[in-house]
Amino acid sequence: MLDRVNRRRVTRRLAAAALAGVVGLGALAACGGGSDDGSSGPVKLRFLSLAWQKESLQANKDLVAKWNAEHPDIQVEYVQGDWNSVHDQLLTAFEGGDAPDIVHYEAASIGEFSKQGYLADLSGLLSDDFKGQIDKGIWDTATFDGKVTGVPFLLESQVVIANKKLLDAAGVAVPPADGGWTWDEFQANAQKLTGPGKYGVAWALKSPTNRVLNLALNFDGKYFYTDGGRTEVRIGDAEKEVPKRIHDMLYGSKTASPEALGMSGADTLPGFFAGKYAMLPGSVSLRQQMVEQAPAGFEWVTIPPVKGVSANQAANPQTLSVAAESEHQKQAAQFLEYFLNPANMAALAKGDWLVPTGKQANEELVRATGGKQGWDVAADSARDLTVAPFQMVDGYPEWKLKYATPALQQYFANKITLDQLGTQLVDGGKQVLR
Amino acid sequence: MTRTDMTRVDGTRRGQNRSGVTRRPQRRRRVGRGLQYLALSAYLVFLAFPLVWLVSTSFKPPPELVRLHPTLIPDNPTLGNFVQAFTEQELGRAAWNSIQVSLASALLTVLIATPASYALARFRTRLGTVALGWVLLSQLFPFVLLIIPIFLVLRQAGLANTHAGLVLIYVVWALPFALWMLQGFVRNIPRELEEAASVDGANRLQTLRRVIFPLLTPGLVATALFAFISAWNEFFFALVLIKTPELATLPVALARFVGIEGTARLGPLAAGSLLATIPSLVFFAVMQRRLASGSLAGAVKG
Repeated sequence: MLDRVNRRRVTRRLAAAALAGVVGLGALAACGGGSDDGSSGPVKLRFLSLAWQKESLQANKDLVAKWNAEHPDIQVEYVQGDWNSVHDQLLTAFEGGDAPDIVHYEAASIGEFSKQGYLADLSGLLSDDFKGQIDKGIWDTATFDGKVTGVPFLLESQVVIANKKLLDAAGVAVPPADGGWTWDEFQANAQKLTGPGKYGVAWALKSPTNRVLNLALNFDGKYFYTDGGRTEVRIGDAEKEVPKRIHDMLYGSKTASPEALGMSGADTLPGFFAGKYAMLPGSVSLRQQMVEQAPAGFEWVTIPPVKGVSANQAANPQTLSVAAESEHQKQAAQFLEYFLNPANMAALAKGDWLVPTGKQANEELVRATGGKQGWDVAADSARDLTVAPFQMVDGYPEWKLKYATPALQQYFANKITLDQLGTQLVDGGKQVLR
Repeated sequence: MTRTDMTRVDGTRRGQNRSGVTRRPQRRRRVGRGLQYLALSAYLVFLAFPLVWLVSTSFKPPPELVRLHPTLIPDNPTLGNFVQAFTEQELGRAAWNSIQVSLASALLTVLIATPASYALARFRTRLGTVALGWVLLSQLFPFVLLIIPIFLVLRQAGLANTHAGLVLIYVVWALPFALWMLQGFVRNIPRELEEAASVDGANRLQTLRRVIFPLLTPGLVATALFAFISAWNEFFFALVLIKTPELATLPVALARFVGIEGTARLGPLAAGSLLATIPSLVFFAVMQRRLASGSLAGAVKG
C-alpha cells in the first residue's frame, strides 16, 4: 500500500491547488476591464487600429497621445488589432453590441458591414473642407448605397521595384516618376535583364486574384459587368490581356521566374537582394523592406506603374469608420478630422510607406521626403487609382476564394489554357452571383 | 564425445560466444540498436529544428532575415528584436496575463474534472453513457458558431472583457476532453484497491483521498497540462472577449507582429514567440516528473 506520508502530501497539495484556483478566479474577476458608465467625465472613444509596422505604429500612438493631451474632454483609447483576424473580431463586436467607436479597415471589406447597418454615415458628420481634400473617385470606394461609411486615407498602388545595378548593366534606363513603361516596354526590358540563372521579373502570385484584377484595369478589363441590376462575370480580350502577358513571361519568353509563383511579395526579397530577380512588381509599400532589409550597398529604384491603354489600377484604400452604435459619433468624426488632417495623414502614410488619399497630404509628403526612396513615384501613382467594378460586388470574396484564385493558380502553373481559365471564372461567377 | 572441426576447445561453435548466443544475431542486434538511435536522433532533430530556427531568427538583424542562403548562426547577432518586442507590445504584461489565465484554467479544469470523471467511470448508468456521448459531441461545434452567443452571455453576466470570463470559457472548453481522458485513468485503477480500503475501515471520502487521488496523479498532471497548453495557446476567444489592451494575452499580442496577407515582422515575432515558449516549457519541466506511470504495477496480485 501507499506510504502514508506521501498520501498526506498529495492531499495537502490538492487542497492547496483547489484553494489557489478559487482564490485565483476571484482575483481574475477583479482583473476586468470594467465598463464605462459614461455618466460623467470625458467622452471615451475606443479606436481599433490595424497599424503594425514600427514607424506606423509609433505615428498612430503619437497622434492619439497628442489628441488626448489637447482634448481632455474627448479621450481616445488606442487598441491595436491585426489584419488577419479583424473581420471576425469586428463581426462579433458588432453582433454583440460592443464595437469600437472608430474602426480601421479597408474599403473592399467595409461594404458588408455598411450594408448590415453597422457603420455610421459620415457624410453629414464631416466638414466640406475635410471632404474636399480627397478626390471623389476615392470617396466612391467607401460609399455604399449612397452612404459614406469610411474615410479613405491610405492607398496602395502597384509599382515595380528594380535592382539599379542590373538595370545599368543591361542598359535599361529608369523612367521618370510621371512616365512609366508600357507593358510592351516592361516585357522587353525583362528580356534584357534575363540571363543564365537570372530572371528579369519575379511575379509573386501566391494570391493572384486581387493583383490580376487590379492590373486588368490597365486594359480596361472589368471582369464584373452589371446590367439591369444583374451582375455577371464576363471574360473578353480586355480581361485576358494581363493574365496572358504574365503567362507569356513565365512560359514564352521565360523572363519571369516560375519558382516565385507560390511566393508572397516578401518571399521574393532574398532572391531579389541576391540578384536572382532584377525586378519585383509589387506594392508601393515594398519600399519599406528595401530600406530596412537590403544589404549594404544594394541600390534599388522605384519604377512607376506599368501602362496598358491606361495606368489605371483599382484603389482599395484603408479606411477609418465610425460604428453606428457609437454614442459619440460627432466626437468620433471630430477626432477623424484631426487624425487625418494633411500633416497627420502624411505622417501616417510615411509610417506605412503608402500613398495618402489627401492631395495636400501627398504634396506635403513629397516635400518632406524630397521625393526620395520612391516617394515621387508613389505620389504620382495616386492619380491612376480608381474604384474597380469588383470592389462593388457582394459575392467577390467568395468568387475570389472558391473560383478565381484556384483557376488563376492553375493557369499560371500552365495546367489549363486561357480559354479554360475564362470558362472557370465565368462559371464561378454564375455560382456566386445567382 | 567427438569434436567436429567447427567446434572450438571451449565448446562453442564458430560465430558463437560462450554463453551460447551466436555472434551474428548479436551483431544484428547491435546494428539494429544503432539504427534505432539514428532514427531517434533524426526525430529529435526534426522536433527541435523549429525551436532552433526560432532562436536563430530572434537574434538576426533585418538584412540577415532575407538572405537567399540563410545561416543558422547569425553573423551579427542582435538583441534589437527582443527590445522591439517588449517595448512595442508590452509582452511582459501579456505573458503575465497568459500565465494567470492558463494556471487558473488548468487548476479549475482539474478540480471539476476529477470528481466528475470518477463518477462517470465508477457509477455506470445510462445517464453516464449519454453524458459521455454529449461530451464528445460538444467537441464538434466550431468556435465561430459559438462565439457570438458566448459573448452575449458573458456580457450579460458582466464577465466580458475580464480574465475571469476568459477562464470560464477555457474551463468549459477543456472540460469535455479532460473528462474523457481522466475517466480512462480512473478506470485503470483496480476496484480491488477501493474494496481493500473499505475492508480496512475507510469510508468513501477517505478512499478517494488516500487511495484514488494519489494513484490518479499522472492523469491529473496530464489533464492539467492539456488545460494549461490549450489556454496558453488560445487566440480567438481572447481576441474577441478582451477589449482592454492591458488585459490582452500573449497570442493576441504576438499576432500584432503579423501584417497584411501574411507578411510579418519576423525578427520581433520570433523574439516574442521564443519568450512565449519559456513559461510553457517551465510548466512542462515541473509537471513531467509526475507523469510517470506504472505505479500500479503489482498493486493487485492474482
